[in-house]
Amino acid sequence: MVKINGLFVDVAGKTLAEYLETTTYHPQRIAVERNGEIVPKAQYSNTILQDNDVIEVVSFVGGG
Amino acid sequence: MGRIPTRNEIQRALEERHGKALQGKISKATVAVCGLGGLGSNISVSLARAGVGKLILIDFDRVDVTNLHRQQYKASQVGIYKTEALASNLQEIAPYVTVTCHNERMTEENFQTLLADADIICEAFDKAEAKAMLVNGVLEKMPSKYLIAASGMAGMESANSIKTRKITKHFYLCGDGVNDVADDIGLVSSRVMLCAAHQAHMVLRLIAGEFEA
Repeated sequence: MVKINGLFVDVAGKTLAEYLETTTYHPQRIAVERNGEIVPKAQYSNTILQDNDVIEVVSFVGGG
Repeated sequence: MGRIPTRNEIQRALEERHGKALQGKISKATVAVCGLGGLGSNISVSLARAGVGKLILIDFDRVDVTNLHRQQYKASQVGIYKTEALASNLQEIAPYVTVTCHNERMTEENFQTLLADADIICEAFDKAEAKAMLVNGVLEKMPSKYLIAASGMAGMESANSIKTRKITKHFYLCGDGVNDVADDIGLVSSRVMLCAAHQAHMVLRLIAGEFEA
């Protein structure tokens, strides 16, 4: 299982890009951390989610 | 008009309020503020008052009448560049803070040059895409910098839902995370100032050597 924003999700083996496609996140409004490190945007499609990974998807909303 | 205190008088007053050791650290810090709207103008005023040594102000826009309800500009400044207007207001508040202005739009091409001298970077844009661009860029290309971003301060929800979270070792996020100005829920100065105060306070905590949110 992969922990994503505090919830365990059964997505080990999928790439980060494949996981994100199943969500409603807007790709231009997010930053993704994996085990405490930023995942570069160019690496989303070849980052394979592993069991015990801790993922944080930061999704920005407007206003400032 | 009153007499403007000397550099030494202001320095002594800051040392009295913050302690000499902490003020020494604050006076040496360089902080970049990316976007000078409701977040950035309020962050800048807080940090200038605290005696931060150098502020780097970045914005391409001019003051608009619709900014006056939450941004630290005067009615007489409508139409002029935000960098110039804010630098002028900061000069009146804290005349010995060094302010560098970059009157340009931040892009993936120029952000590393604009932010090279900063110890700590505040993301204070209004568009979600611009926030994400800067956060991804800084964390990926400038990992030694500290970054404090903001997301979610629109609407009339409780002040108590605005928080600071530590996301990674060098990345902090302030706001409620969800209330989007695009949802037509309004944007009021009190709630934007709360979020700006969270960001400014995290800057001062980092300068003080406090690394938890």
